[in-house]
Amino acid sequence: MTERVAVDWAGCQGRGVCSELLPERIELDEWGYPVLDPTPVTPDLQGFARNAVDACPTRALRLQRVMPGQHAARPQVPTRSTPSTAPHRPHHRGDRP
Amino acid sequence: MTTTTTGTGTGTGSHLGTARLLPTDATPDLAAHLDRHGHQRPVPADRLLDGVQESGLTGRGGARFPVHRKLRAVAAGRKPVVVGNGAEGEPASRKDRTLLMRAPHLVLDGLQVAAQATGARRALLYVHEGPAVAAVQRAIDERSGADRLPVELVAARATFVSGQESAVVRAISGGAALPRSTPPPVYEKGVGGRPTLVQNVETLAHLALVARYGPEWFRAAGTPTEPGTMLCTVSGAAGRLVVVEVALGTPIRDVLAAGGQHGPRRAVLVGGYHGSWLTGAEAGTLSLSAADLAPTGASPGAGVLIALGPDQCPLEVSARIVRYLADSSARQCGPCLNGLPALADTLASLAGRSPSPEAYARAQQLTRLVEGRGACAHPDGTVRLVRSVLSTFPDELDAHAHGGCLAVPSPGGLR
Repeated sequence: MTERVAVDWAGCQGRGVCSELLPERIELDEWGYPVLDPTPVTPDLQGFARNAVDACPTRALRLQRVMPGQHAARPQVPTRSTPSTAPHRPHHRGDRP
Repeated sequence: MTTTTTGTGTGTGSHLGTARLLPTDATPDLAAHLDRHGHQRPVPADRLLDGVQESGLTGRGGARFPVHRKLRAVAAGRKPVVVGNGAEGEPASRKDRTLLMRAPHLVLDGLQVAAQATGARRALLYVHEGPAVAAVQRAIDERSGADRLPVELVAARATFVSGQESAVVRAISGGAALPRSTPPPVYEKGVGGRPTLVQNVETLAHLALVARYGPEWFRAAGTPTEPGTMLCTVSGAAGRLVVVEVALGTPIRDVLAAGGQHGPRRAVLVGGYHGSWLTGAEAGTLSLSAADLAPTGASPGAGVLIALGPDQCPLEVSARIVRYLADSSARQCGPCLNGLPALADTLASLAGRSPSPEAYARAQQLTRLVEGRGACAHPDGTVRLVRSVLSTFPDELDAHAHGGCLAVPSPGGLR
């Protein structure tokens, strides 16, 4: 079964746990909310993905089945690791949000 | 579908011309309605669905989704519910309330037709709080007992998002009038967990007429690919909103004129606060149809047209709109809650006389940050408007960047 990460936006509180546990698919925007890579979760990442789903403090992260031919292009969403002209609090791995 | 009316008119609908929904000389009571349209005879569900499909009727609430597809999706479920959506949260729109106050029985007929087509067991009408609620209640009382399904009337809060499909379901179910995260869609699980049809009240009015007069009649107005008429709300600087009914494909300048907006316009916002701008030249040559408007990124939507005169600045108007949209956020999702106020600040900067040098790039960045990252389409609609501002008014943006503005003060200096 091919799956990708998905988020319940109204439930997400931007705690960032998911990005710590699955950085290969989840980065954070300047406000701490998840930017999801729609690339399917490969077998080597499945354990980490399920960890991230279980660890979300608000149970907002889930794994969504991908139908054949449904692969989306990666949206150009600016994250904390991409250069931006906006002033924002710098984020370092290991910092508490 | 053959005609089923027993009215005193010709019975084919031709007596209506393009004044189909809004009678120019009739009162809103039941007797006048029956005199104009005759009685609605029940039509079997499958004939209704085929007829609606043939008519090409699309939703009039903004999204223009084919009605037969929505009806069929709900009809496939168990014990569905039908809801007429008259929330009309868009501040520049008045067509739904006008329709409900001038022709409530058309909407109520349409609700019964939708119930028949879907096999619904429950029917509700969700109406913007205010005088329209009382008008609908009077109409419901006039029909007492005559309808197959009793209609429950629910007042809708006057907020921008209260008419969003899942917000409608949530409010009717006793919750907040705020969007609900997807999935499942409301046509699978809505009011009381039942498959729910949420249909704009104008769409229901057209549906009632299609059931009476047939698909060929419906297609006699409009264009081959966009048949029928639609209600539009026209407004300008003075703040007065005028509701008109026009055929799809009518030149925009004629729609504006019918709504009291004459002469050349600086710019026209088509589709309301989640819509797209047209320059004055475009508004002067294009027609109100998806086909004509598509190259500009605009669409007829729910027929909201805001016309600016030469003495108004589209950047200032847009900045105020984006501020309103930011204030209208349901505040449930981080990207919208954070991103829309930031967008409003950026638009305010661009609309001022000393915009910050990064404001334009920041606006573009913010649109990418909020688009598609929320429980509903509120951020997406805001992004659409902002992108339209940035791409339609380069000269205006440039003028402001140099401390000026292209608006021409009117005699007397009034804006």
